[in-house]
Amino acid sequence: MTIALRRLGIRLPDVSYRAYRVWQRNRDVYLRLWKAEVIWPLAEPLITLLALGVGLGGLVSRSELPGDQRYIEFIAPGILAVFPMWTAAAECGWGSFFRMENQRTYHAIIATPVSIEDVITGEILWGATRGLISSVYILAVTAAFGLLGSPLALLVPVAAYVSSFMFASVSLSYTSIARSISSLNYFFALFVTPQFWLGGVFFPLERLPEELQVASWFVPATHVVDIYRGLVEGHLNLGHLGDLAWIVVVGAIFYYLALVFMRRRLIH
Amino acid sequence: MTEIIRARNLVKRYDGFTAVDGIDFSVRKGQCFGFLGPNGAGKTTTVRMISCVSPVTEGELAVDGMDVWREPRRIKSILGVVPQEDNLDPDLSVRQNLAVYARYFDMPRELADQRIDESLVLFQLVDKQNEPIAALSTGLKRRLTIARGLINQPKILVLDEPTTGLDPQARHMVWQKLRYLKEQGVTMLLCTHYMEEAAHLCDRLVIMHQGRILVEGSPAELVEEYVGREVAEVQAGGGQRERILTEVASRPGLTAEEVEDIIYIHARVPDGRAQMADLILDSDRVVYRPANLEDVFLRLTGRGLVE
Repeated sequence: MTIALRRLGIRLPDVSYRAYRVWQRNRDVYLRLWKAEVIWPLAEPLITLLALGVGLGGLVSRSELPGDQRYIEFIAPGILAVFPMWTAAAECGWGSFFRMENQRTYHAIIATPVSIEDVITGEILWGATRGLISSVYILAVTAAFGLLGSPLALLVPVAAYVSSFMFASVSLSYTSIARSISSLNYFFALFVTPQFWLGGVFFPLERLPEELQVASWFVPATHVVDIYRGLVEGHLNLGHLGDLAWIVVVGAIFYYLALVFMRRRLIH
Repeated sequence: MTEIIRARNLVKRYDGFTAVDGIDFSVRKGQCFGFLGPNGAGKTTTVRMISCVSPVTEGELAVDGMDVWREPRRIKSILGVVPQEDNLDPDLSVRQNLAVYARYFDMPRELADQRIDESLVLFQLVDKQNEPIAALSTGLKRRLTIARGLINQPKILVLDEPTTGLDPQARHMVWQKLRYLKEQGVTMLLCTHYMEEAAHLCDRLVIMHQGRILVEGSPAELVEEYVGREVAEVQAGGGQRERILTEVASRPGLTAEEVEDIIYIHARVPDGRAQMADLILDSDRVVYRPANLEDVFLRLTGRGLVE
C-alpha cells in the first residue's frame, strides 16, 4: 500500500500530538519576549475604539445604523473580529517566514521525531492561540466600555479560536509559497488589509454597491464579523451556523494546503 | 547486529539532476564513518537521506534495521544531527535551547534537566547557560549545537562540516569532544572537506565525487594505496616543470599530480626521498612531507576527474 502510494508520489499528511511540542516552543518564546510582543495588540484596538468609536462616532447619527445603535456599539463586534485576525495572520506570515528562512527553526525541529506536518500544525495552533489572547483582551476592553449587550459574548473566545485558526491557515499557506519576506507584503496589502476596512466592520455592507455586497460573501472577515454581531448583540440564528460552517471549511482547506506546500518546500 | 546503516544502490535525483548516483556502503556500530568530497559531491544529500529529511529516489537505505521511508520518526529518535548551518533557536537562551529540543524527543522534564546539566559541564557552557544565542562566539555555538544533537543520547551522531569556520583552538576543542564521544561508543557519520579532520576522527571513510563513491577504506590504507608514504610539493614553471614531469614519468616508483601551479610527487618506494631529491635539486621551492589524505583526495578528485 505505502509502496503503491509512493510510486504515485502520494503521501498522507503525518500529523501527531507532537504538534503540541511546536506550540510549546512558541509559547516559551512568547513568555520570554512578551514585553515586546504585547504592545501592538494592546494599543491598536484601544486607539481605534477611541478614535473611531468615540471621536468619529460622535458625528454619526444613530438613525443611519441598524438597530438604532451608537456608532461605537456598531463597530465593537468588528473590532473584536479584525484585530485578532491581524495577530493570527501576522504570526503565521512574517513570524513563520522568519522562523523558517532566517532562523532555520523548522529545519532544526524536523531533525527530531517531529514531522514537518507537526511543525505546521503547531504553528497554526499557535497563531490561533495568539488570536485568542488578543480577542480575550479586546473583549475585556469592550466590556469596560459597556459595549457588550448579551452574555452570549462570553462565547467570543471560542469563535475567536476557530476563526483565528482559519486566518492562520490562510496566512501560512501563503507563507509556504512565498519566495522572500517582502513578498508577504502582497498578502497583507491585498488580502488582510481590505478585510480590515471592507469586511463590514466600520460601516454596514449595505452601503456598498450591490456587486461588492455579493463579493463580500467570499471575504472571510464578513462571516466572522457576522457571528460576533450575533454574539455581542444576543441574537443568533441559522445564518450564523452557515457562517461558522464557511469558516471551518475554508480553514480546513487552507490548513491542508499549508501541510502539502510546506512538505514540498522543506522535504526534498 | 554490528551493521547500523546499510545503503544499497542508493539514488537521489532532483528534476533531471542526479545528486547521488547509486552508492553502496555500510557503517558499523561504534565506528566514525566519513564522507569526503568536494562541494556538490553528494555528501550532504546522503546524510540528509539518512536523517529522513530527504526522500530516497531509488534503492535501499536502512538505519538500525529500519527503513527510512517507513519509520522516519523512530529513526529520527535515535539520531543526533549537527547541521552545517547554525540553526540554534535565537529566541531562546542556551539552556532553553537544550530544554526545548529535549521536549521534541518527549523527554521527561527531570531527565532532561539532568542531561542538560551534564552536557553544559561537558561542553563547558555552564557560565553561559542563561545567555541568549547572540552572545555566543562561533565556537561556543558549535559546541552548543553538538550538545543539542546529543541530548537524546543518540545511537548515531550525524555531523555535517562540524568545524567549518572555527579557529584552530575551537576546532581542536570540538575534535577532543568528538574523540571522547567515540570512546563512549557513539557511532558517528562525519561529512567534511577537511582532510585533517577526517584523518583525526574517521575509522573508515568514502571519498565521493559527482554522486559516486570513488574509494572506501581507512585513512591509512587509502594513503598507502593511492599515494604512498612521502610527497614532494614543487612549485615550478616553464621548462623546469616539463623536465620534472618527464623525469617522474620515467621512474616507476614515482607519480606526479598537477594541481594549479604545484606539482605533487608521490613516492611509493623505500628510497623515494632520494629519488625525488635527485630530480628537483635545482628548485628552491620544494617541500618534503609525509603523504596524507589530502594527497589522496587531490589525486582522485583533482584535475583528472573534474575535466
